[in-house]
Amino acid sequence: MRDVAIVGAGMTKFGELWDKSLRELVVEAGAKAIEDANVEGRDIEAIFGGCMASGALTGQEHVGALLADHLGLNPIPSTRVESACASGGLALRTAYTAVASGMYDIVAVGGVEKMTEVSTADVTRALGGAGDQEWELFNGATFPSLYALMARRYMFEYGATEEQLAAVAVKNHHNAMSNPYAQYHREITIKDVMNSGYIASPLKLLDCSPITDGSAAVILTSMDKAKEYTSKPIKIRASAQASDSLALSDRKSLTSINAARVAAQSAFKQAGLSPKDIGMAEVHDCFSIAEILAIEDIGFFKRGEGARATAEGRTAIDGEIAVNTSGGLKACGHPVGATGIKQAIEAVWQLRGEASGRQVKDLEYALTHNVGGSGASVVVHIFERGY
Amino acid sequence: MGENLPLVWRKMPERYRLVGSKCLNCGRIYFPRRKICPHCRRKGKIVDIKMPEKGKIYSFSEVHSAPPGFENELPYFVAIVELQNGIKLFSMLADSPRNKIRIGAPVKMVFRKITENDGKGIIAYGYKFKVL
Repeated sequence: MRDVAIVGAGMTKFGELWDKSLRELVVEAGAKAIEDANVEGRDIEAIFGGCMASGALTGQEHVGALLADHLGLNPIPSTRVESACASGGLALRTAYTAVASGMYDIVAVGGVEKMTEVSTADVTRALGGAGDQEWELFNGATFPSLYALMARRYMFEYGATEEQLAAVAVKNHHNAMSNPYAQYHREITIKDVMNSGYIASPLKLLDCSPITDGSAAVILTSMDKAKEYTSKPIKIRASAQASDSLALSDRKSLTSINAARVAAQSAFKQAGLSPKDIGMAEVHDCFSIAEILAIEDIGFFKRGEGARATAEGRTAIDGEIAVNTSGGLKACGHPVGATGIKQAIEAVWQLRGEASGRQVKDLEYALTHNVGGSGASVVVHIFERGY
Repeated sequence: MGENLPLVWRKMPERYRLVGSKCLNCGRIYFPRRKICPHCRRKGKIVDIKMPEKGKIYSFSEVHSAPPGFENELPYFVAIVELQNGIKLFSMLADSPRNKIRIGAPVKMVFRKITENDGKGIIAYGYKFKVL
């Protein structure tokens, strides 16, 4: 296995992009990444694209072929990767293994979701498919309700409050103010979250990530070749993935996502690092409780301390560990298949020192944490400067 | 989905009688049924076993935004129920007064209509749980 670097990154604005189709989104992000990498299209040897539910959301399947076709890259191999909300992160990891193994030298990785073409009820059903269709959805589960069950249990076990959970959304909306790609540029308060109405109690509208259109893409190559393309390659220091039961009720705990613990521990072992070494993390805050569990499962905080730590500002950009500087899924938006790639791009921009207005100082290592479903799949990456 | 009537879920005994699996090699119990014991794998010997119908609420949520087919139920309660044998499952709550729904509340399985609003006139039946 050889070292792998990101040499180019590009994304669309995230939001309700009613005038842009699925293919327009992927072409915009892909072209920006290719341009940023200063790579010739003919040098790209393979494509991996993360996409969760384009069939249910737009009627379009076969996104792998669509990517190669509309990026003008036929006839190279092009593969769609699906792992629910972790589709983007897993596309990155799949591409990483393809370059690390030596099979390809230059690979394009994308993520996309077009979500605003159908009704909220249809989006609810499509996203519900990330859970267990036979034993959760059949019985009336919604995706927010699964995380609500985790939130209720967390509050019961650790005495956390709805206000503490709300602090996640308030912080992430604040961070998004300086991210030009973010869906929302609007500060919110704890009171706004508390008054936003229950979606699945105890989670309210502003505890939930929104419905978003968007796409993001990066170009990978071997560390040896990276300098041919950029003076600022970002090295993928670790790539890890873990699984757990599809259904939430089969988990040992509702207040910790075991696949996240396993993937994070594996990533830290590969990198020879510990949670203390990480300066910023993009974590999967599909719901406020998800960020709390993430910062505990990765090891930034002890179990049961994440909610209080967030309410105390310890995860702010100038805190002990900067969490979701992009605005996270909550405020940057969550076009499901694109999210894992967007997380990596935020890490790239932070490490290059290009995260204007939200730049983390003296940053050495960045981590991304991308969750599929209610925790059945988790992908964790660690990045550092390769220059 | 599609034009044909769905068949698979209708012949799952879990839905009507809370039938799960027991591995005779290690003694572990699973619900819903599994073909493979994740602990013993090849050495496992899986047989059907009836689950207890009583348990308690492990966590719960009141749902205010529903997927297609459940709109008429809104708002409704869902829960993770811990059965008397320690097995946990996801279920809707039925016939349960709001002020009695809390973590630890005793519950009992009841047989109910799950949804009848799938657009094809098919009524889905299965278990729900009721606070005692």
